[in-house]
Amino acid sequence: MVLPLPRARRRAATALAALAVAALTALPGPATAGPPDTLVMGMVLEPPHLDPTAGAAAAIDEVVYANVFEGLTRIGPDGSVQPALAERWEISDDGLTYTFHLRRDVTFHDGTAFTADDAVFSLQRALADDSVNAQKGLFAAIDSVAALDGYTLVVGLSRPEGRLLYNLGWGDAVMVGLESADTNKTRPIGTGPFRFVRWVQGDRVELEAFPDFWGPAPALSAATFRFIPDPAAALAAMLAGDVDAYANFPAPEGLAILEEDARFAVVVGTTEGETILALNHRRPPLDDPRVRRAIGHAIDRNTLIDGAMFGYGTPIGSHFAPHHPAYVDLTDRSPHDPERARALLAEAGIAPGDLRLTLHLPPPSYARRSGELIAAQLGAVGVAVEIIPVEWAQWLDQAFRGHDFDMTIVAHTEPLDIDIYARDDYYFGYDNPAFDALMATLQSTRDTAARADLYRQAQTILAEDAVNGFLFQLAKLGVWDARLSGLWRDSPVQANDLTGVSWQP
Amino acid sequence: MAERRVRTLGTAGRVGAATTGAVVVVALVSLVWTPHDPAAMDVANKLAGPSLAHPLGTDHFGRDTLSQLMAGARVSIAVSLVAVGLGAGLGVPLGLLAAARRGWLDEAVMRLNDLAFAFPALLTAVLITALLGPGAINAILAIGLFNVPVFARVTRGAALAVWKRPFVLAARLAGRGRARISLDHVLPNIAGTLIVQATIQFALAILAEAGLSYLGLGSQPPEVSWGRMLNEAQTFLFLEPRLAILPGLAIVVTVLGLNLLGDGLRDRLDPRLDPQGVDRRPAGARRG
Amino acid sequence: MAWVLAKRMVALALTLVAASLLVFAVLEVLPGDPALLVLGVNARPDTLAALRESMGLTEPVAWRYLTWVGGLLRGEFATSLTYGVPVDTLLAPRLLVSGPLAVLSLGLAVALGIPLGVVAAARRGRPTDAAVMGVSQLGVAVPNFWLGILLVLLFAVTLRWLPAGGFPGWEAGPGPALAALLLPALALALPQAAILARVTRSAVLEVLGEDYMRTARAKGLSKTEALWAHGLRNALIPVVTILGLQFSFLLAGTIIIENVFNLPGVGRLIFQAVSQRDLVVVRDLVVLLAATVGVVNFLVDLSYAALDPRLRLRGGSATDG
Repeated sequence: MVLPLPRARRRAATALAALAVAALTALPGPATAGPPDTLVMGMVLEPPHLDPTAGAAAAIDEVVYANVFEGLTRIGPDGSVQPALAERWEISDDGLTYTFHLRRDVTFHDGTAFTADDAVFSLQRALADDSVNAQKGLFAAIDSVAALDGYTLVVGLSRPEGRLLYNLGWGDAVMVGLESADTNKTRPIGTGPFRFVRWVQGDRVELEAFPDFWGPAPALSAATFRFIPDPAAALAAMLAGDVDAYANFPAPEGLAILEEDARFAVVVGTTEGETILALNHRRPPLDDPRVRRAIGHAIDRNTLIDGAMFGYGTPIGSHFAPHHPAYVDLTDRSPHDPERARALLAEAGIAPGDLRLTLHLPPPSYARRSGELIAAQLGAVGVAVEIIPVEWAQWLDQAFRGHDFDMTIVAHTEPLDIDIYARDDYYFGYDNPAFDALMATLQSTRDTAARADLYRQAQTILAEDAVNGFLFQLAKLGVWDARLSGLWRDSPVQANDLTGVSWQP
Repeated sequence: MAERRVRTLGTAGRVGAATTGAVVVVALVSLVWTPHDPAAMDVANKLAGPSLAHPLGTDHFGRDTLSQLMAGARVSIAVSLVAVGLGAGLGVPLGLLAAARRGWLDEAVMRLNDLAFAFPALLTAVLITALLGPGAINAILAIGLFNVPVFARVTRGAALAVWKRPFVLAARLAGRGRARISLDHVLPNIAGTLIVQATIQFALAILAEAGLSYLGLGSQPPEVSWGRMLNEAQTFLFLEPRLAILPGLAIVVTVLGLNLLGDGLRDRLDPRLDPQGVDRRPAGARRG
Repeated sequence: MAWVLAKRMVALALTLVAASLLVFAVLEVLPGDPALLVLGVNARPDTLAALRESMGLTEPVAWRYLTWVGGLLRGEFATSLTYGVPVDTLLAPRLLVSGPLAVLSLGLAVALGIPLGVVAAARRGRPTDAAVMGVSQLGVAVPNFWLGILLVLLFAVTLRWLPAGGFPGWEAGPGPALAALLLPALALALPQAAILARVTRSAVLEVLGEDYMRTARAKGLSKTEALWAHGLRNALIPVVTILGLQFSFLLAGTIIIENVFNLPGVGRLIFQAVSQRDLVVVRDLVVLLAATVGVVNFLVDLSYAALDPRLRLRGGSATDG
């Protein structure tokens, strides 16, 4: 049982030598440029599974949207609605019946043909009683779904829905196969230009070009999504060339290094992420507009963007994305003015040091870092802040659903989501019938100019009411090999569409 | 080794005592004075290198690194002290009880110990954090719970030896109760061993606290902690390696000081003078 | 011996039952709803209810506990709430990262620590001894995760010899895979080697003073010969004790090191599963970890008997000192 030691020692020495050799052979050889038709894309979070119709995680769409799965319509790089599996469509005059004409040359990755039956199945599956679609609300207006023939789909609505075509372009509305829907979580089968190869859990998902794709063949023959949660590791992976591209680089502090390096292109774009300091209106004195305004004046947005985001981000004064045509700059309604903040608090009958508030911070660094800065800024006007870091599970359960918080920082990343302020019993508890009426009008308005005007009114109401602390719009920090082209600058939807990506010679 | 009856702490022990003393003094001073307010942010001056105003530079919020390191000492020491106190407070009585009563009670205490050992301390900390949220209290609980079986084991082992000694037998014959004997005769005789063990556990607790804070499970802002400083510094590794090196050095110096002090104390206090008598487990407290 | 064995087995089984009850109870009261986490902020109550039903969260508590334990006993693993695959399928590739990492670091720790300890003991009081003890004193004081950061700084950031983190997978070949594990293994191993060196040194010193060693010397064996022939076997007992404990703590240590080096191992899986409230994965992993620790301790006890015949008679109380 026990080896005589000298022999064991020799063995240990041999083992060590072997290890040293292994380590030496493992050293990277001279840098060789990868084959010019594959791509390694870095992502921060790993998707929990790969079925975009059964989960809210953005990481799912970031891998499969437009690559593996396609919908009837799709959202383009500029945020516009484009035809996808539906070539064209007609809308009845009352806006209640949509007739979609489907492409006839589409096959799923398992070889089965895509027909109107699959489309009916996909939509009915999302609408069913036992549906686990995270965005079931997208389909709320849909009353009936039927196949007129193999390639014609008729969707009947119970009320006009101005955003139906847009909604059908979401990742949650992609088309799935009758035969393969149940296994999409681990083996996604879609109609897109890339098919799933394998998923090494905890590390990466591999895709390859699908030879029978209906559209023009993509330039890439294969793509790998690698999951690297740590910002420092992301920077190291970029510098080492292990990763070719990051659509959303997690470490703004590292961008300066990459910008100086000619190998990389740093492309700063826009996202739909309005970062807000949400205030719980159910908890006095946060129901008092003067107190909320005081909080707004206490916050210095430029310091936040500088300190938390290293300069990347755009200040916002209401809940609306600055790149949208209907955006109004309302930051001047709540400028950084500690004196005014103290005066407003005094007016509301709050003596310095009397107000103590909790601040729930979910894990992303934009929230944690902004939170620390805001706590200090509020402290400067006499509001004591207790920081409570939480995981998403707790945030969703306690703050979002249980309304158990005073303040919290979160980025609302869905496009045009100003309507959340009209929801009943939403987590920050804002209640304004005038705003609700405005949103109702918006829902039934289809004229673009009229809609833009309504959006502008809505933004102004939120700023006037100082509903929340409006901080900044998250920037999309794209970093990729300078020889790459075709990656999206902005992210109107959470996606990494690789269809048009290619290496320049 | 019995011939080496050292009456003083020895050189290493004295160095350890001086280092530990210095860290404690820094921690105490930080209560009343630091060069800057460790929480004061100055974003315009972030990631600045060492200067006259900031001898060790500033971090990503422009906070003074030297002040943060000073304030971090007091968090490290406070958390570790309370955690070890908790572990000793529960573990020593359990160990004394087990040694005094033997039988099923002894068996039960030891099996409970096994159960506690079967859960790596870090896992316990992760679960406690999920349950109660992160914070210094969580770190104290997780480290403290891990220390209970350590103290119970060491106390029981040392106490069993004392129970066999003649003066205890004499006390028993004189009709003294087991509880009295434990307190009057056993405890004073194992105090040296326990003090040495406490010093070592204290060093391990400093490491554990740093590990937990590094993972985001320990004390939270605006409280400063060496572990969290390291965590935050990691993303600036390419920009400001200084930020990742300094807090680590602070931890090493503190732990080294405590370990040297522990060795010195062992030579002086532990009646067995046996380097293995002290439970030098690599401890989940330290590694996990 | 058989009786002792049986007693230890029963104790191990009881520990596992207690561990399973404990972790199940903790997970039961944990704030956070796994279904809400999957479906996010726009989830509607009916979809949430449907998902919770399909996750099996609506069954009575006692029933869920029994189904779980029953499944474990039959060797069947439940399906992860987030990943949608059985826990063993999820675990296997992670074990292929954490296992080799633990073995590699334990190997490195033994290969460094034990020879250094023996050398220090053999040269007691001389400069070699002082140097070994000094370095090991420092090694014990270094937090492994900080050592990891320093190694990254030196070998990955400055020298660019080795990757800063991540794991290419074994199919990339043993070279790149081992290269990815080398720094984390070193970070775990060096502090452990320091402990091993200290324990080995004092154990060997102890043995050198024993009667049978003097007898061996009297027979004409040199100090070194006597040590190899008679001493080391006895000196190994405390070393093995520490090794057993170290293995358990290495498993735990991998949790923190996997975070530093971004390795897709068991530790990261536990961390992720807790934050995603994947109760199914967490409870299985906790029980498996507790079982591993229990089995390793058990093996350590057995090895005492193999190393020291006297302990066979005394009956398994070697750990109780």
